[in-house]
Amino acid sequence: LFCFQILRKEERRVRANDREYNEKFQYASNCIMTSKYNIITFLPVNLFEQFQEVANTYFLFLLILQLIPQISSLSWFTTIVPLALVLSITAVKDATDDYFRHKSDNQVNNRQSQVLIRGSLQNEKWMNVRVGDIIKLENNQFVAADLLLLSSTEPHGLCYIETAELDGETNMKVRQSVSVTSELGDPNNLASFDGEVVCEPPNNKLDRFSGTLYWREKKYSLTNQNMLLRGCVLRNTEACYGLVIFAGPDTKLMQNSGRTKFKRTSIDRLMNTLVLWIFGFLVCMGMILAVGNAGWEKEVGSLFQSYLAWDTPVNNFLFSAFLSFWSYVIILNTVVPISLYVSVEVIRLGHSYFINWDQQMFCSQCNTAAEARTTTLNEELGQVEYIFSDKTGTLTQNIMTFNKCSINGQSYGEVTDPLETQPKRLDFTPFNPLADPDFCFYDDKLLESVKVGDSCTHEFFRLLSLCHTVMSEEKSEGELVYKAQSPDEGALVTAARNFGFVFRSRTPGTITTTEMGRTVTYSLLAILDFNNIRKRMSVIVRNPEGRIRLYCKGADTVLLERLHPCNQEVMSITSDHLNEYATDGLRTLALAYRDLSEDEWEAWSESHRFADKATDCREDRLAAAYEEIEQNMMLLGATAIEDKLQEGVPETIAVLSLANIKIWVLTGDKQETAVNIGYSCKMLTDDMTEVFIISGHTVQSVRQELRSVWLCAHCDTAGRRGGGVGKQLHGSPPPPPLPLSNLMDNISGEFALVINGHSLAHALEADMEAEFVSTACACKAVICCRVTPLQKAQVVELIKKHKKAVTLAIGDGANDISMIKSAHIGVGISGQEGIQAVLASDYSFSQFRFLQRLLLVHGRWSYLRMCRFLCYFFYKNFAFTMVHFWFGFFCGFSAQTVYDQYFITLFNIVYTSLPVLAMGIFDQDVPDHRSLEYPKLYEPGQLNLLFNKREFFICIAQGIYTSVVLFFVPYAVLSNATQSNGVPLADYQTFAVTTATALVIVVSVQIVLDTGFWTVFNHVFVWGSLGSYFIIMFALHSQTLFRIFPNQFHFVGSAQSTLLQPVVWLTIALATAICIVPVLAFRFLKLDLKPQLSDTVRKHTKTQRKPPGQGRLGARGGSRRSGYAFAHQEGFGELITSGKNMRLSSLALASFASRHSSSWIDTLHTQTVHTVCFSGENTKTVIKKKKNFTHTVFLSQNASVTSGSLQEATYRLMT
Amino acid sequence: MMASSYSAKDEDGHITVSGPGGGTLRNKKPENTAFKQQRLPAWQPILTAGTVLPAFFIIGLIFIPIGIGLYVTSNNIKEFEIDYTGDDTSSPCYNCAQNFSWNNTKSCTCIIPFQLDQPYESNVFMYYGLSNFYQNHRRYVKSRDDSQLNGNIDSLKKPSKECEPYASVDNKPIAPCGAIANSMFNDTLKLFYNDPNGTSVPILLTSTGIAWWTDKHVKFRNPGGNNANLTAVFQGTVKPVNWHRPVYELDTDPENNGFINEDFIVWMRTAALPTFRKLYRIIQKNNNMAPTLPRGNYTLVVDYNYPVRSFEGRKRMILSTISWMGGKNPFLGIAYITVGSVCFFLGVVLLVIHHKYGNRNNSANISN
Repeated sequence: LFCFQILRKEERRVRANDREYNEKFQYASNCIMTSKYNIITFLPVNLFEQFQEVANTYFLFLLILQLIPQISSLSWFTTIVPLALVLSITAVKDATDDYFRHKSDNQVNNRQSQVLIRGSLQNEKWMNVRVGDIIKLENNQFVAADLLLLSSTEPHGLCYIETAELDGETNMKVRQSVSVTSELGDPNNLASFDGEVVCEPPNNKLDRFSGTLYWREKKYSLTNQNMLLRGCVLRNTEACYGLVIFAGPDTKLMQNSGRTKFKRTSIDRLMNTLVLWIFGFLVCMGMILAVGNAGWEKEVGSLFQSYLAWDTPVNNFLFSAFLSFWSYVIILNTVVPISLYVSVEVIRLGHSYFINWDQQMFCSQCNTAAEARTTTLNEELGQVEYIFSDKTGTLTQNIMTFNKCSINGQSYGEVTDPLETQPKRLDFTPFNPLADPDFCFYDDKLLESVKVGDSCTHEFFRLLSLCHTVMSEEKSEGELVYKAQSPDEGALVTAARNFGFVFRSRTPGTITTTEMGRTVTYSLLAILDFNNIRKRMSVIVRNPEGRIRLYCKGADTVLLERLHPCNQEVMSITSDHLNEYATDGLRTLALAYRDLSEDEWEAWSESHRFADKATDCREDRLAAAYEEIEQNMMLLGATAIEDKLQEGVPETIAVLSLANIKIWVLTGDKQETAVNIGYSCKMLTDDMTEVFIISGHTVQSVRQELRSVWLCAHCDTAGRRGGGVGKQLHGSPPPPPLPLSNLMDNISGEFALVINGHSLAHALEADMEAEFVSTACACKAVICCRVTPLQKAQVVELIKKHKKAVTLAIGDGANDISMIKSAHIGVGISGQEGIQAVLASDYSFSQFRFLQRLLLVHGRWSYLRMCRFLCYFFYKNFAFTMVHFWFGFFCGFSAQTVYDQYFITLFNIVYTSLPVLAMGIFDQDVPDHRSLEYPKLYEPGQLNLLFNKREFFICIAQGIYTSVVLFFVPYAVLSNATQSNGVPLADYQTFAVTTATALVIVVSVQIVLDTGFWTVFNHVFVWGSLGSYFIIMFALHSQTLFRIFPNQFHFVGSAQSTLLQPVVWLTIALATAICIVPVLAFRFLKLDLKPQLSDTVRKHTKTQRKPPGQGRLGARGGSRRSGYAFAHQEGFGELITSGKNMRLSSLALASFASRHSSSWIDTLHTQTVHTVCFSGENTKTVIKKKKNFTHTVFLSQNASVTSGSLQEATYRLMT
Repeated sequence: MMASSYSAKDEDGHITVSGPGGGTLRNKKPENTAFKQQRLPAWQPILTAGTVLPAFFIIGLIFIPIGIGLYVTSNNIKEFEIDYTGDDTSSPCYNCAQNFSWNNTKSCTCIIPFQLDQPYESNVFMYYGLSNFYQNHRRYVKSRDDSQLNGNIDSLKKPSKECEPYASVDNKPIAPCGAIANSMFNDTLKLFYNDPNGTSVPILLTSTGIAWWTDKHVKFRNPGGNNANLTAVFQGTVKPVNWHRPVYELDTDPENNGFINEDFIVWMRTAALPTFRKLYRIIQKNNNMAPTLPRGNYTLVVDYNYPVRSFEGRKRMILSTISWMGGKNPFLGIAYITVGSVCFFLGVVLLVIHHKYGNRNNSANISN
């Protein structure tokens, strides 16, 4: 057994259908337990966990101290009541959470699955499935454990899975069994299967698996392609059989469900520092008082022994001082009350709910409300200085719309005046029953032109319907679903579809379309596929009449060079149109065709075949062959596709940059696209002094470029100021360790920086990063394009490291996760790219524009409230506690408390907790629309002005001042005063009641001053707390309670006796005035002489009550620059012509078999699917955006063929 | 503008089957309530010159008259204080103070003559004052058993351990137990008026009505009810170490004996500060028009039992008249006048600052 244990660490052995053998290894069963407790263990385990928190342990320690009678200066309940309250609140929360985990565990564990036991299929609960079992999965079932796929009902042992729950990717993936096992087929054969799998031990790598299957003396290697992982769902596969390799906690799903790193806010960190300081302060106070005690006991106490003997163990003044120190630690501990942490959590929870409840962050289209997934970061939202944003899906919708086109020199899609009349959306249905109802176009001239039968227009749309690599799926007659590999293509084909040129289906050799209601089948002769160098794609088709034509679409720059000279006139007009479209930020393509004669085709076909078969330089040869035929083309026109920005993006960016938040766009897109988007979302403007582009490939060139940017920025600035600084700097490297703040001050022009992924890799190296940061931060906008997910995180880390600023990362895709996790705050856009980014994020919502509300409204309020809360809280507790310190000097440093012990117990949790909580939750300085109107209001948060060490010292100074007043005013008044019946007022209980009442009134008046927004809750809480103080005090001092527990309620009658005395009330009024008047005067002066923007806005709002300004930021303006963008990705043509990707689902078979048009699916049926197996390691990374598994497979194949580099593939993943 | 939509979402038509929001589409739109949208109606006070400056003036205008009233009232109160500690060789109590020992059962008497320059009208209150006596020490304050003092028989026989080391002697419980009771003030003070004609007239000192009502009627009760034979009830207990007489012999009046003896109750109400005074006796106003204590010479006769010299304490006897606001208390009046004046002054200063430098027209400053 021992050697098995060792084996288990390095490898895992699983023998099919042999439970006895597998049990020897003691593999985990398939029962999962995410819950932490059961009924018996809940209390001990939960308490153990809670006492791991330093604060709780500290209070436990205090509690133990209080149980020592010589030390105990307070009753045990003064600590245990708040502690129990805190512990039970947390315990209740933990218990509820765990209950739901139990429920979901039970639900999952009790799911049914069919297990092959002794040759027959039996239903078993998931939790009873063992490693080595063979289980049967049916369509749409969840995979119960990590399985080795043995066989499936689909040909070639293929099956399709959806991994959304595992990695958030919504596209389907294909898995294939090892060929030998795929032949086993039915349960009878499988029951006798006794292969043994040796594989790696459980790990959390979702995209890796390596193992070997030993069966019948042969070895078969296993990869991730053979595995079905728990959490996936079987799709479009009737059934399949799998061998359980990892079960329960060993599955990759469970291995991945590690706890995420706990993020702390800067306020948290500051608070922890301050709490430590306060502990230090507490110890100092204790020391001072202990020294005082030593002196007192030596000088006075020893003489006083005839009246007051020392406690039994105490025999000298030093020991007494030692005990006194601990006694004072106990009574002064309320400077850091346990309720601080609980209150902070409650406030944050409240703020999170406000975020979740905000209607203005609710997207009705996708029915998603904003969600604060982490409740602990809210106030940091008010301090953000840097935003790192993804582009696709975040700034843009990742929806391409066919916006304009130019056909034969005629531009369509112009709308004369969009503001005055709402243009009518074209209705295609009467004209074309196959039209996509979601497609919108507003220019009826184009439709007219199609109807009239303009040949150019027809040819234009014919091209669009033929020249692409889109797949179609026709679920029922006329209900077409296009599966495009890039949204651009999808938009173009859909446009053609609506204008009467409907792409219906394709086989490897044919394309079937419905042209103006007539079904036409073209034979597809060749696809000249797209790649980044060619920037164009073509198809060569033969129409039913036998004419051969090449259709080409591509980037205008490339395509216009390859036109027939006779196109000159059209070309110049089209070129103008193209410029216009680019100006509008549209993605343009030029379209052209060329007629080929049979001979030309034959000749070229031959050379193409030859190039294709070449073993060396195949790529180059193919490119040359393509180049050869794509000449002398006739220009048809151009299309313009809008990469739709999300709603409100430019406005949001403008507002955020007014709030002094720097926005960096980190995208996997190409430079042109990124810059284009940068302009359209107003990050880059034509007003900018300069937009620098860094695209060097070597360390030297990047450094050189960075320096020139730096120099340029500074020379320019220096030049403007008329200084000669620039001259000195010229030619010499800039001093990189220049203080960054100075640097920022020195820049006056507006610069933007665009940096490429490969340059960024160099810039992020240790010796250049400081230079990069200083240069980048001098620029107003920074766009990093073609960056990998890792680089995104590196950039975030870089800023975190060098700028000590709060960073926020926002993104929607799996490629943004690293960045989301490493930034202080991660925001996930719950868009179309799965939920993985959302799962990793701290906040999620569905529109980028909600970011401004999240930061400027919720974040700002949260920060303000938290700061005000903390200031008041520290003030309050110092005022409360320090009275004991002063009293120490008058009571022989004996740790006698000033107040009744019940008052000490209740002060923080009853008398003063709710008003400050209400302020912390509801306070507003300016209304929400004002903070959007005046983004500058956000700045105090960034500069950390509202709560910092200075503010903290002011608060505690105020607290100490208050405590001095609260002790010495009653001292001075009461020491000689008497009641009106002659009884002196200077007894301890009267003094305690007077001081306590004065304290409660002073802190209540202070909260009245601090609260700026009096909702009904504030009123109820403030007045209620004050009322509750008197009610509870009278109750505690009542005769009834005293008669029941005479030893517990010593204060009987004190409240009545004290509060009936006018002198007492005069004392309280005096103390309150002395405490509050200076605060009032100081605040008034500050407000009057140096008003903050928020004060001004507040005052302004109050006097004017102006409705909020709307739509200050107008429509997009144009700027002249190239708008070329061609978002296609290579890797389609070959797939289609080979037909390898095509599969036959039972559903599709049924619907297609009934139709006459034998589609490519049939062809596929007979073909083997090597391609699937071929897709290599980088499939996983590449597929992210591709929505169809077939595309996935092909893309990765070609990626590995054409570039072979993972990085290249990753670039593409982010476009 | 024109637009059309080709949405990438359409590509995966089958995908939403198991998606998070896939099944039943429930509207997740948050409720539009004022609370959830943080639009609760609210009062938003601002510290403006219009509110703050009048507040200062009002505080000033209220505090100054009150202060003057208090000051005048306090000044009208007559108070006479005499220190009889006996530290000084010239003091009549010097010998008593010097010869003191706890075991001495025979009391020492000292006679202190004094003169009142003004007649004391109305009721006159007689206090004893102690200095440097830490009745507020933690160990002292807790050294009592309220249950015992409330007449609980069990506590009487078995005092709380808070009373240690004054809980029992030779296994016999002390009643009343604890350090407070043990150290009860036991000097006897008597006043004589030296009539100008040479006779010495004793002044009637009332010893009841000097404790809190709740103390006398709720907090302190003799064991076994009010009418029981106290000697029998306290059988089996011993008197506190320092006491000369047991608790049931404090007074002859059964309403003022045992735990409900008012001298005892007054002592048990511990003082907040190390220098304190406690009400000792009340000199009731006579029915006739003559002042309670006319101007003239008096003699204070002290049975000197209570040692304070060991811890450098002082003992005083105080005579005082009283007003609606209690005894003499000049501090309160002065403090009110000062605070009121400061407020008024601050108001003026702030007004000047506001007029000279203040931002009265702020709306112009709002800019982005």
